[in-house]
Amino acid sequence: MFYGIELPNPLMLGTAQYPSPAILEQAFRESGAAVATVSLRRETGAGQTFWQMIRELGVLILPNTAGCHTVKEAVTTAHMAREVFDTKWIKLELIGHTDSLQPDVFQLVEAARILTEDGFEVFPYTTDDLIVGERLLEAGCEVLMPWGAPIGSGRGLNNEYALRSMRAEFPETPLVVDAGIGLPSHAAHAMELGYDAVLLNTAVARAGDPVLMAKAMAQAIHAGQLAHQADPIEARDMAEPSTPVVGKAFLS
Amino acid sequence: MKIVLNGETRDVRAETLSDLLLECGFSGRVATAVNEDFVPSSLRIAHKLTDGDRVEVVAPMQGG
Repeated sequence: MFYGIELPNPLMLGTAQYPSPAILEQAFRESGAAVATVSLRRETGAGQTFWQMIRELGVLILPNTAGCHTVKEAVTTAHMAREVFDTKWIKLELIGHTDSLQPDVFQLVEAARILTEDGFEVFPYTTDDLIVGERLLEAGCEVLMPWGAPIGSGRGLNNEYALRSMRAEFPETPLVVDAGIGLPSHAAHAMELGYDAVLLNTAVARAGDPVLMAKAMAQAIHAGQLAHQADPIEARDMAEPSTPVVGKAFLS
Repeated sequence: MKIVLNGETRDVRAETLSDLLLECGFSGRVATAVNEDFVPSSLRIAHKLTDGDRVEVVAPMQGG
């Protein structure tokens, strides 16, 4: 449940970098993605057509504050997004580092508090730090979105241990792996860890065939979700025969 | 008066934010900020512009 809303499908898909609007639309239709992330940029005439197309997808809209580096900038952007997209949801990004696009978690917590008090429902793009996660929840967030790896890097889950710890530390909080997914196996991995959803963009939009990749991601996410529910076995160091030993014919 | 609209200096006749949007041909879903502060659409009519104001007009765009 994301602020009281049950997603029909745990895939949140970005809308940037597709070869064409038609391919973007098909990627959403093929994958059944439940949420579309969008942004706000200076109006040059293209905004209204884009908005029309996104509305026709019939998915939930999650506007972001991408590219914001200060609390003030992010809060103002969130207010503009609430008005334009008519939603309380905001994917709060506060970028701290130019090369890694690592979130500035100190400003993130501050902005999350301000926005929550103002009635926003904040989806914070954060690191996998447990204490930061705690602070974000104290600030009023009801969802956490730790990175798997830097945005657009396609490296998968850089620190599985940390993501696993986060799942264990916040058993009741909806958790989303946001950023870093490159392959369906990465997305499946996140869901196998018990994450509630996966947010990705580049891995689909920049694939040779984005529509096919969107479908692959959706299937992997579904498989990972089922696997988690099915309670997987523990890995072990030594082999253990799966075929019964008793009753084997004596032939040597 | 001269204002900076989306980063470009413009000479405009409009005296309020809502007139500015009309004069510059903006319509549909846009959000506005003046001098880095959000101005809700309901307050645009009453928002008087002054020389040198920095106005941002944003619209829905692709995002990740």
